Amino acid sequence: MGRLSETDVIKVAKLANLSLSSKEVEKYKAQLSDIVDYFEQLNEVNIDNVEPTSQTTGLENVFRSDEVDPTRVLSNEQALSGTENTHNGYVVVPMLLKQKDE
Amino acid sequence: MDLPISIKNLHEDLKSKKYSLSELTDTYLRRIDTYDKNLNSFLTVTSDLAYGQAKKYDQILKDLGDKAFEQYPLLGVPIAFKDIYLTKGIRTTAASNVLKDYIPVYSSTVVERLLSSGCIMIGKTNCDAWAHGASGENSDFGSTKNPWNQEYVPGGSSSGSAVSVSSGFSLVAMGTDTGGSIRQPASFCNLVGLKPTYGSVSRYGVISMASSLDSMGSFGHTPDDVKKLFDVTCNPDGKDSTVTNLGSSNLKHKVKRIGIPKEYFVEGLDSEVKSKVMEAAEVYKKLGYEIVEISLPHTKYAIAVYYIVQPAEVSSNLARFDGIRYANERSAFGNEAKRRIMLGTYVLSSGYYDAYYLKAMKVRSKLIEDFNNAWHKAKVDVILTPTSPTPPFKLGERSSDPMQMYLADVYTVAINLAGIPGLAMPCGFTETGLPVGFQLFGPRFDEGTLFELGTQYQQNTNFHLQKPKL
Repeated sequence: MGRLSETDVIKVAKLANLSLSSKEVEKYKAQLSDIVDYFEQLNEVNIDNVEPTSQTTGLENVFRSDEVDPTRVLSNEQALSGTENTHNGYVVVPMLLKQKDE
Repeated sequence: MDLPISIKNLHEDLKSKKYSLSELTDTYLRRIDTYDKNLNSFLTVTSDLAYGQAKKYDQILKDLGDKAFEQYPLLGVPIAFKDIYLTKGIRTTAASNVLKDYIPVYSSTVVERLLSSGCIMIGKTNCDAWAHGASGENSDFGSTKNPWNQEYVPGGSSSGSAVSVSSGFSLVAMGTDTGGSIRQPASFCNLVGLKPTYGSVSRYGVISMASSLDSMGSFGHTPDDVKKLFDVTCNPDGKDSTVTNLGSSNLKHKVKRIGIPKEYFVEGLDSEVKSKVMEAAEVYKKLGYEIVEISLPHTKYAIAVYYIVQPAEVSSNLARFDGIRYANERSAFGNEAKRRIMLGTYVLSSGYYDAYYLKAMKVRSKLIEDFNNAWHKAKVDVILTPTSPTPPFKLGERSSDPMQMYLADVYTVAINLAGIPGLAMPCGFTETGLPVGFQLFGPRFDEGTLFELGTQYQQNTNFHLQKPKL
């Protein structure tokens, strides 16, 4: 365990939706391996019967009433203001499915 | 014009009509114009807005007299915001090319509350992109320089906010602290910096870095100034469900014992930093506090835990940037952001989750237990440590080695993992004139103790009054 292979780096980049150059793959392979090696020291700590902490507020299940708060709703114009790629009041997204004859 | 050193000082000046807010605003903006070309602390200067607000509050002062200060507790306070706080209609970049042209359609709660309390917004400050860094060098828009010596880094990630206050470009500034990003640059720039308790200030409308760690805090020259900003920004807004009502940040109980954790004074601590911090402890001893050595035995694991938990949360938060609804494509991410996305994705991926992420979450519990033992078993009211193991380092010195850069956070990350508050205080200078600082930690929601002890320190020292020569 620990050191990352080139295959690991390419797989992680794919999971993270990042496209890396071969130079970047080389670089991250070395750097991430260094960092992951550093994590090995956690094996020294006795964590038997220790509960994991994911947050520190001590709060549980904070509810709000299921009502629309009009002050927090963006107008259609506002919601689309971040992109020029719109069509009939919608955002245009990249095509996910290929045409049958392609 | 002599710039005010604190909000209290500013309000006295306004009451005695020493200057108008329009004149004061003009002074700050001219200083930015003259000096910020080299320092690079601002990404956007909102001159028109600032002049407009100054004029408005000059009129309100004229109409209401001293009553204006009751209505606007932060009346006329010139403030800068780290460019990670959304500001409606004003470009917000997180110092990343991904958000180079992004104009938000709403403002963060913190910005809204500060502006409606009377603050004058000077502009948006540079930072490490996405708040990833300890030097300011990860900004996609160029490094910020330390005003005490421009060959050195100002610290990060809230680099521009620290430099703005230190250089007299604004009286106070807001930053964010996920692993030390307010306290470390405060220490490097001779400022007071507050990282509040997790769950005291709303994160709504602030670009997320690591959601279980992100804390919204401020820079100033005095603990009273960061207290005043905290008092306006804390308490629930109905938009961030982690925020609880804490009432007041005034001192709640008598403070007697100050703990010095031995694990923060080990190999790697610069000798000048060590002696300045021990001198600060001596100031408290003379004031009648009991100084006791304590142990926080899991301190050495904090960096490993932090660099698992934080990138894991970063990779998840940055997954939303797909370049479709707003912002540029993922290819625009810089080196450090990519590195953290990769690292976070790796520790969360199938087969490694238990070995890294789950284990880190368990050691996080041990770190929290260390602090609880300090409060309840060693019976200390507050903990005093160095803020950074070294004085400011040179630009470029660590930027090629990410692991070296990550180790700069060794004294700051533990309290983010534990969710407790910390106050960074300036406490002197190295022989070469670079600032040194210490920090105070308290139990959850005990900001009041930190403000009180910080104030007492400044009543007995004058390091905070020193200003860099620009």
